[in-house]
Amino acid sequence: MQLAPLTIDAVRSAVQERRTTAFALAEAHYARIEKEDGQIGAFLTLCKERALEQADRIDRMAAEGKPLPPLGGVPVGIKDVMSTRGVRTTAGSKILGSYIPPYDCTAVVRLEGAGAVVLGKTNCDEFAMGSSNENSAFRPVRNPRDLTRVPGGSSGGSAAAVAADMVVVALGSDTGGSIRQPASFCGVVGLMPTYGRVSRYGLIAFASSLDHIGPLTRTVKDAAIVLRTIAGRDPMDSTSADVPVPDYVAELEKPARGLRLGVAEEYFGDGLDDEVRHAVESAIDKLKNLGCEIVPVSLPHTPYAIPAYYLIATAEASSNLARYDGVRYGHRAAGAKSLSEMYRRSRDEGFGAEVKRRIMLGTYALSAGYYDAYYLKAQKVRTLLTRDFEEAFSKVDAIVTPTSPTAAFRLGEKSNDPLAMYLADIYTVTADLAGIPGISIPCGQTREKLPIGLQILGKHFDESTILRVAHAYEEAA
Amino acid sequence: MKVTEKDVTYVADLANLELSAAERAGMVRDLNSILGYIDRLNELDTSNVEPMAQVSDRYGVDDSKQGSERFAYTYREDVPEGLRKSLPQELALENAPDADGTFFRVPKVIER
Repeated sequence: MQLAPLTIDAVRSAVQERRTTAFALAEAHYARIEKEDGQIGAFLTLCKERALEQADRIDRMAAEGKPLPPLGGVPVGIKDVMSTRGVRTTAGSKILGSYIPPYDCTAVVRLEGAGAVVLGKTNCDEFAMGSSNENSAFRPVRNPRDLTRVPGGSSGGSAAAVAADMVVVALGSDTGGSIRQPASFCGVVGLMPTYGRVSRYGLIAFASSLDHIGPLTRTVKDAAIVLRTIAGRDPMDSTSADVPVPDYVAELEKPARGLRLGVAEEYFGDGLDDEVRHAVESAIDKLKNLGCEIVPVSLPHTPYAIPAYYLIATAEASSNLARYDGVRYGHRAAGAKSLSEMYRRSRDEGFGAEVKRRIMLGTYALSAGYYDAYYLKAQKVRTLLTRDFEEAFSKVDAIVTPTSPTAAFRLGEKSNDPLAMYLADIYTVTADLAGIPGISIPCGQTREKLPIGLQILGKHFDESTILRVAHAYEEAA
Repeated sequence: MKVTEKDVTYVADLANLELSAAERAGMVRDLNSILGYIDRLNELDTSNVEPMAQVSDRYGVDDSKQGSERFAYTYREDVPEGLRKSLPQELALENAPDADGTFFRVPKVIER
């Protein structure tokens, strides 16, 4: 059977109807990975034994005529910041280069419980810190659409794996834009659910109040199917919300006509590339033609989002990464004569430059004398940003913006200037700070055929609306 | 607020990072550049604004409940292995860089 482009339903029905087997599909995808991944770098670890065992399980069900679960036989990739029992999990870092988790991330358990076949762990920026996947301690990921360019980050491996047809679905994580931005750079769908919608149990923590797990897929419907599978209260994560999970797939078919979409001038100012602006404005026109009402809104504190984010995220990271000390797991420096020397040298040897930079910034922002001026100040600005959204959502159902100010940049272009790299997140960090959901969908390409992403932001726990708008656009485009 | 090499050394100590001289110099430059940009937060008057440490206490919870009542759904019975079985010792020691079958072994803790 044809390998690509496959969707969840196409795979499931093909396996159910025995036109192919989950085993054959897994093998075909592994063959593709073997052929192409040398150039792309999307995977850090493959778990063939686990995958083929799961595939066999699914095939037996199909052979016995039993109805397959919703993701039966679907090949998936898991970003290497999510723990998989018995399968090496590195978070893209040398400090966890040989770490083998003794447990599974809840989102992975739910996906496999729904029949998904986990092919392997995808490459990412170290500890999810980055916007280009150039910070992986192992190797960078290249954009399948143009190998001289970045796939975006930090879920670059997941985005590239979907874009290159190495998997049908991938899980990523988003703290400042790390699902949506690589989705837009690689031309795939990337969904960041509301904070607390999906359990973070098993997600290696970067910033606990900002981290989210979400799907990268080829279609909006696939994102809805995955969300329906992984969302919901998990007693193992006290921040996971006790909010019922709607049938996101059923909600998709509702028409977008009549929905009010906000357009915020702050997302269309200086720094936005002309081709991106043009593509996004055309997309908004298309949505207008589908019957959506376009309403100007203002999110006045947008320019303060990046500074607030880089204080809150780094402060939380400095705390979360304190556990990597060479004692119980991870890299330990050889020949240390004292405990203190062991901590310092293990961390120095194990962490990359960007991780060290963020730990330093975060520690500084929390240190005595600076806590009020930096961390506390940033938290107050976070309130102001969230209020901007509350205000806007009293007038509109969703907000449409570009996902990123530019299309994929070249490898090495921004890696010497940390600040320039941080500014790539300018349209995505706001949603993480406010905890609202956001989706990026492809909406065209540049003259150089690089994908451009349209971002749709929604109210807390209203993924249904943003999926609906995204689906309507996708069908019409 | 300019960051000096002394500040960097102090913060690196707090963060348990052994930075080389070159890394320290780079850090002085990078931190100053980033903090210089972050300085724009002072353009905002936040004197009457509540800080927001996390999203969960406002969204997805029952607003009519106050204090810890709001999070009653996160509690569980205080019984051993109430949520799941504990990690067996051998499994917990599997990733240890140095263990003796019972403990994690580390260099001496108390320096004299």
